[in-house]
Amino acid sequence: MRDVMSLAQGSQIISLAGGLPDTSSFGSEHFAALMADVSKDAAAALQYGPTEGLRPLADVIAEVMAAEDTKIDPDDVLVTTGGQQVIDLMCKTFVDPGDIVIAEGPTYPGAVPCFSSYEADVIQIGIDEDGMRIDELEATLDKLAEQGRAPKFIYTIPNFQNPGGVTMSLPRRKRLIEVARERELLVLEDNPYGLLRYEGDALPTLYSLDGGEYVIYLGTFSKILSAGLRLGWAVAPPPVYEKLNLGKQSSDLCTSSLAQHFVLAYFAEGRWESYLGELKETYRERRDTMLSALERHFPPQATWTRPRGGLFCWATLPDFIDTTDLLARALREDVAFVPGRGAYLDGRGAASMRLNFSGVTSEQIEEGVRRIGDVIAEQVDLYETLTGTVAATERAVETEAEPENVLHLPKRGERRGRNTG
Amino acid sequence: MSVIAVLKGGRSLERQISLKSGASVEDALERLGHEVHGIDVGANLVDKLRTLGPDAAFIALHGRDGEDGTIQELLEVLGIPYTGSRVSSCIRCADKVLAKHQMLDAGIPTPDFVAFNETAFKELGAGGALDDIELRLGFPVVVKPSDQGSAMGIKFAADKSAVPSALVAAFSYSQKVLLERYVPGRDLAVSVLDGVALPIVEALPQGDDFYDFEARYQIGRTDFVCPARLPEELTQRAQALAVEVHELLGCHGVSRVDLMLGADDELTVLELNTVPGMTATSLLPQAAEAASIGFDELVSRILASAS
Repeated sequence: MRDVMSLAQGSQIISLAGGLPDTSSFGSEHFAALMADVSKDAAAALQYGPTEGLRPLADVIAEVMAAEDTKIDPDDVLVTTGGQQVIDLMCKTFVDPGDIVIAEGPTYPGAVPCFSSYEADVIQIGIDEDGMRIDELEATLDKLAEQGRAPKFIYTIPNFQNPGGVTMSLPRRKRLIEVARERELLVLEDNPYGLLRYEGDALPTLYSLDGGEYVIYLGTFSKILSAGLRLGWAVAPPPVYEKLNLGKQSSDLCTSSLAQHFVLAYFAEGRWESYLGELKETYRERRDTMLSALERHFPPQATWTRPRGGLFCWATLPDFIDTTDLLARALREDVAFVPGRGAYLDGRGAASMRLNFSGVTSEQIEEGVRRIGDVIAEQVDLYETLTGTVAATERAVETEAEPENVLHLPKRGERRGRNTG
Repeated sequence: MSVIAVLKGGRSLERQISLKSGASVEDALERLGHEVHGIDVGANLVDKLRTLGPDAAFIALHGRDGEDGTIQELLEVLGIPYTGSRVSSCIRCADKVLAKHQMLDAGIPTPDFVAFNETAFKELGAGGALDDIELRLGFPVVVKPSDQGSAMGIKFAADKSAVPSALVAAFSYSQKVLLERYVPGRDLAVSVLDGVALPIVEALPQGDDFYDFEARYQIGRTDFVCPARLPEELTQRAQALAVEVHELLGCHGVSRVDLMLGADDELTVLELNTVPGMTATSLLPQAAEAASIGFDELVSRILASAS
């Protein structure tokens, strides 16, 4: 699959495969002004910094987290090289080969190679429209306990999950915290998209529900400012914090001072929330474009999530289609997506795909989804011809979905945009 | 010293492996004292080649464009000598169906098969003949895109119910697909260099990945043994068969013939690759090494065959 994915980077390709934020509206002048500001203390920006990060940046992070009603002690902040480093440090610190890590199924495709490289035994808990199935989690933990085993940590993306697009409900959040406390388990809460909510009310972070005892919080500036800065953070209870800090010392000593100074200069302007607002407007429009394009161009047998925030839709096709193979076909039409297998460590996900709507224009989304829809339609037709069946699934009943009832939502509307040319 | 263009990358599904092959070849050519120019093949290829005017092109481009005669035709037109097989041979070998028909006509054993274009299913109702095809080939069957060099898109159908989705997958990669009788047995690769067969490499899948074709070619999930542990008579028979196929299909310079050793020591030919992988762990360099031909010498000999 990696071989196929490498082709998705060609310049002529409409890539719905990335997880890229749109940095095009930030502007060269604004960037230059901030760098000019940073240059006033060039010596500091060009110097090593403390492993835990610059103290004023911890205050900025506290401000960002307060925007999600999460209070933290800035002393608990470890500034990292992207949020990805937190996942790596957690594995480096806690995971020996064969140790168990629990994640959602599907989970963040970027975490998969990390878990694999530390030879973690990853158990993936299913998700539905309310996020991770906590009943399945508890049953799994019970089974493990019978074998005298327990996970090193539970990895979850509660908000607008990557790749699922679903959000963990409040009752499940509360129950997850209870489970963590009852069983004394660490939870790694990965929350890159929480501030990118396009509708509905925000839910409390796991960290705020727990008070920072069992939950390690992972945040990032990638989606609210810039992914190129490679700046993320962890907020962790002291014993864990010390281990992560030690791990980071051996990994890279400290996070880029230049990037940290840039972020400080940016937040000093006091305009970060208005820029975030602009991004949200852009992404909301692109999400709506994608959802309406999916309705028009994907066949009736397909289902997909309707994310209320974040960057991704997760679509599931009839099980006779393998999206890894479909990608090879789609690339001939110059369009790419992430095949679902990449979000699992156990071979599942073959009929699913992740579609990104943040890093491409609305026009590209419309055209990209149309092309993918066409190749799916081609394969559905072929399968129906081969099996002598026609429209194996009946058209979905038209229903107004509950706002959070987003997973496996039947497709509504007519099948169009195929066999017309 | 000569000026050599190493053609690699491109847009085929084997782009990554091709980039690695190209890098290994470039290193070797530099050690051999040539002026080396690696070219990631793209829209400006002709301009680059015209500007550079190389003495020869070393083709390290796998899959589409690299093995199907396209790049060879272009180099013929530009008058640039190149390594490996000529245009017609590449066309024959890149199309597994064509290659298998040539073998059948020449009496060379290859697993029984049936091949169709997508249109046969869509417009001629070939789906209605699937039962007959399955009756003839039996189960399991292997479903393959006709023109993919790697294992991508190759599906194993254990029974009737798995055939339609396997065909859908294979048609993702190619306009033409073959259903081939599955031959259980040992997986052998015989490389042919300058008309002479090299020691045989055997691929031994680890664990229960036996039917996982992608796993079969992944480093770490398959062990490769060279020379394959085979009786001398069998080794000679496999090598002679490989040379026979190499010649039958009109190959030039180097090729790799993939064989199956089935029950009763029966050998069958699956396919022939005209641009075998040249990474450090690829099968051709392993085979050459076993014949005391180091990587640089291998590269040097392939280059010498350029015409």
